[in-house]
Amino acid sequence: MVVELYLDLLSQPCRSVYIFAKKNNIPFEFKHVELLKGEHLSEEFYKVNLLRKVHALKDGNFTLAESIAILLYLSRKFNTPDHWYPSDVQKRARVDEYLSWQHTAIRAQGCNFYRTKVLMPLLVGKPFPAERLERAVEDLKSTMKQFEEKFLQDKPFIVGNEISLADLVAIVELMQVTGWDVFEGRPKLTEWRHRVEEAIGKELFREAHEVMLNGWLALPEEQGLPPTPKP
Amino acid sequence: MGLELYLDLLSQPCRAVYIFAKKNRIPFEFKHVELFKGQQFTEEFKKVNMLKKVPALKDGPFLLAESTAILLYLSRKYNTPDHWYPSDIEARARVDEYLSWHHTNIRANAPKTMWIKVLIPLLTGQSLPPEKLQEVMEGLATSLKQFEEKFLQDKPFIVGSEISLADLVAIVELMQPVAVGCDVFEDRPKLAEWRNRVEEAVGEELFQQAHELILNIKELSNIQVDPRLKEQLTPVLLKMLK
Repeated sequence: MVVELYLDLLSQPCRSVYIFAKKNNIPFEFKHVELLKGEHLSEEFYKVNLLRKVHALKDGNFTLAESIAILLYLSRKFNTPDHWYPSDVQKRARVDEYLSWQHTAIRAQGCNFYRTKVLMPLLVGKPFPAERLERAVEDLKSTMKQFEEKFLQDKPFIVGNEISLADLVAIVELMQVTGWDVFEGRPKLTEWRHRVEEAIGKELFREAHEVMLNGWLALPEEQGLPPTPKP
Repeated sequence: MGLELYLDLLSQPCRAVYIFAKKNRIPFEFKHVELFKGQQFTEEFKKVNMLKKVPALKDGPFLLAESTAILLYLSRKYNTPDHWYPSDIEARARVDEYLSWHHTNIRANAPKTMWIKVLIPLLTGQSLPPEKLQEVMEGLATSLKQFEEKFLQDKPFIVGSEISLADLVAIVELMQPVAVGCDVFEDRPKLAEWRNRVEEAVGEELFQQAHELILNIKELSNIQVDPRLKEQLTPVLLKMLK
């Protein structure tokens, strides 16, 4: 029986799992759980993940939530190339460090921004409160600064010379807020993004992000759309 | 030069690191970074952790932040007993799953009790209305419900029959509300039993030692709080006051 991955590509952690599995040719069955249709709240899905959240993994009788746990499980079970989660103790610690920090930093601020800028207008049909958006932007900017100063610095990737789980988890979060063009005016970050895209493969990267990027285009015109996000 | 751990035992993640190192007899130098005195803002400490947070590790030239990363690093470098981070791929995944979920659930809610009962009065001289604490306790109750239903269930520990990093990280966080008089174990017998097992597995003496400072937090109620800390905490405070 093949691994089942319960995903909705609107969600950042789902994309990291999807990209990782595809990139490493891990055979899996894509089980689409449509968030906007509330499918994550169904009784059926509850059996897969008590936390009622996508991403989730089912490997025979073994079910697993939390994208970090899923990524690490897949890397071990399918023996993926070392650079994803280096066996060197110090390099591995650097990946762990990023994966831990990001929960309450890039992920938190990114989600907050996305909720305020995109989800709310989309779901509620009301304009986003400008003051809240401004605060979300400020919080995000300050997190981005820490990202560049502490985690990226002058290195090609977060850990050493090759892409790791840290870069993957970071890029999917940053793509969620791309409508604000988080990469504009940040040349180092932009270069890092291109390296990560290339390491993943442009085709796979685009495929994974298509659904979410189309969400930006679905915003009602009256909201004063940002410039069309670059795919 | 030996291992240095930069800690303040008022902080939950610091306690997890401290207990883990002590329990596993990992030799280290305890570098006290007093949070209330703003020592995390010194130039000297910034060189250790530019995020200006504890816990932090310094192992020769190697610097590391984030308690999860530190715990995993120590477990690997010092080859700690398997049960802390089991080599079995599924058991290990369960620890990872808890450590991940913890950040935005138990760790997001439990500290707020400390905010309301100690920090906000200390920093602003004001008390919050009881509804605020009620709100926080409800948020924490939701997390605890998920904790019991998804992570603990009917097992002795979160993963299998022995203590792991998951239990350690959870327990230190839940001691924070206990320390300020919000006993989350009262009326939750399964959780209370789990706590007793964890304390025993850690060792009562070490557990008490690690928690001495926080359990006597009321003694800090007259402390002068460093202005830089006030400045750093003000935005968080304002969010809480709404």
